[in-house]
Amino acid sequence: MSGKPKVGIFGFTGCGGCQLEILDAEDKLVDLASAVDIVHFTEAITEHSDDYEIALVEGSISTNHDVERIKKIGSIAKIIVAIGACACTGGLNCLKNLYGVEKAKELVYGDKKDWIDAIETRPIDEYVKVDYYARGCPPNRFEILQIVKALILGKKPEIPNYPVCVECKRLGNTCVYDLGMTCMGPIARAGCEARCPSNGSGCEACRGVIDEPNVNAQKDLLAERGLTVEDIMEQFNLYNACKKLV
Amino acid sequence: MANTFSINVESVSRVEGHGDLVLDVKNKKIEKLQFRIPESPRFFEAMLVGRNWDEASHITSRICGICSVAHTSASVKATEKALGIQVSEQTIKLRKLVYHHENIQSNALHVYFLAAPDFFGVGSVFPLIETNPEIVNIALRVKKMANDMVRIIGGRAVHPIRIVVGGFTKLPTTKEMEDMRNMLISAYPDLEKTLEVLKTVRIPEFERETEYISLANDYEYALYEGNIKSTDGWEINDQDYLSKINEKVVQHSTGKHCWASRDSYMVGALSRFNNNYDKLSDNAKKYASELGLKAPSYNPFMNNIAQFVEIVHCVDDSIRLIDELLEEGLDEDKKMADIKIREGRGVGVVEAPRGLLIHDYTYDNDGKISKANLIIPTNQNYANIERDMEALVPTVIEKSEDEIRLACEMLIRAYDPCISCSTHFLNVKLTNKE
Repeated sequence: MSGKPKVGIFGFTGCGGCQLEILDAEDKLVDLASAVDIVHFTEAITEHSDDYEIALVEGSISTNHDVERIKKIGSIAKIIVAIGACACTGGLNCLKNLYGVEKAKELVYGDKKDWIDAIETRPIDEYVKVDYYARGCPPNRFEILQIVKALILGKKPEIPNYPVCVECKRLGNTCVYDLGMTCMGPIARAGCEARCPSNGSGCEACRGVIDEPNVNAQKDLLAERGLTVEDIMEQFNLYNACKKLV
Repeated sequence: MANTFSINVESVSRVEGHGDLVLDVKNKKIEKLQFRIPESPRFFEAMLVGRNWDEASHITSRICGICSVAHTSASVKATEKALGIQVSEQTIKLRKLVYHHENIQSNALHVYFLAAPDFFGVGSVFPLIETNPEIVNIALRVKKMANDMVRIIGGRAVHPIRIVVGGFTKLPTTKEMEDMRNMLISAYPDLEKTLEVLKTVRIPEFERETEYISLANDYEYALYEGNIKSTDGWEINDQDYLSKINEKVVQHSTGKHCWASRDSYMVGALSRFNNNYDKLSDNAKKYASELGLKAPSYNPFMNNIAQFVEIVHCVDDSIRLIDELLEEGLDEDKKMADIKIREGRGVGVVEAPRGLLIHDYTYDNDGKISKANLIIPTNQNYANIERDMEALVPTVIEKSEDEIRLACEMLIRAYDPCISCSTHFLNVKLTNKE
């Protein structure tokens, strides 16, 4: 048995896109496989084990069964990395909470709703201690690999804590506000290389907000265009309905 | 082999396809056979209510990370239909192009990463890095090519940014189009090598004729648009899907079951192949013939081969589309259509990699969704998977429990029910009742 760190990759309620992002790191996948022992990877490997030090967790907690499983992972793993918006903030799944769980069950499953195990959607850190967050929908695969690399080397991964606007400026993007769109860029957490603004679309803060957001700057920006925070709350709550803005 | 036994394949929870297999056999007769789906329900039909017309595709893209282009496409088509938006020919061609690329990506992921380990008798692609490095490198190259191309047109490989209601937020450059053409051309040697490997693979001999449903049209191998067509002899406009497609809630599955002319039907690559074989590229037909795949095929295990044949077709047809778009020149003025809000209902139907995908939205006067109905490919296959297993198990009943279990798992995997489904049959609990 080698001394390589044992890593488990786990999926909860979500789309599977985060685990796919890891598989999409084609060029680095072989390196990753040689640097760690992946003992549990739900989307790619048949064999699995409950002996792991690092857990990479995707998806939000939205059933009683999810709660049991995440607690078990919390009792085994020494380090937990939340991957993607669903794990980090509850993500888009939290829109269900806004609609109401019971109402949602009835709408989708009708008179068979009692067969369905569903609770209010929550991010994983409401049930276990999360050491690092690889945010975004989807997350940035290079960031996931960087975090894993830092953990292998015993270093603290560096996660950006500045707004998306900084990345847009660095990339020389035209501000999407000047293109007539709204954007969460002034307060949204960067680390995505401003992917949406770079592709002609407003930022939806899928990586959540920075730790000390300059909400006033965002308000000023909106006010210049005759908008209020409430106007863009809908846009913000796409990925952050479980978290309060400020 | 004991006459009476019970097989419980319990999967670890997964993201978009947690499935368990329950099989009880008594005196060589099946007492109970269920493909259970305890996957966490997501409630997208509720999440969509009250959301804006321009958010629907962002939300529904998140149904599936593997086929987010398909969900985005079905979604924008439904909204465009509801709001009466006419997109440009250029937009349709670009959407068909990126659609091909996702189909290549998704089919490659399944054929190379999930089904191939079965062919080599191992549990994942990772041991193959040591034993069969050439096929692993081919797999990585084909998948990377497809992802890079989705990234070029969609702005991101998972959950595309640029595909929106009315068209695109940004167009690829001529240079990027030429780069994609070169990437596609360079894929042919890898496809040839894969063909040689697949020729050596033994596909289980099992047949059960069922109803095969897919899109179909007169002018192409339908993936992005068409009528809904069945091998049971009917063809309907996509807006009228409710006249044939039925859904019901069953207790052992959070995914609803579907039926049309019979108690089950199949969707996916094999259904498309059976309905639209004559529209495949000549090259793809040649591959099919070399791999012994003929239309109609009633062997669900051949779905993997049909997926590979589609990769070849999508590469061929992508080159054709790129040549047309390059000749016409990409026009910024055709990037976005005019959008006006109105109330109305629209249905968007596409062929996701795993089969027929239906988004049905009703909008109010303010451009907010008042009602949504979504029918997902994997749901449509659940009942058919059960019927297939009921037919398959008696043919292998004399074999060991391990072999029976593997046969059932491989059958489920052949449907490519979703990436995690297909590999999650790992926490296997097998109990002999006697």
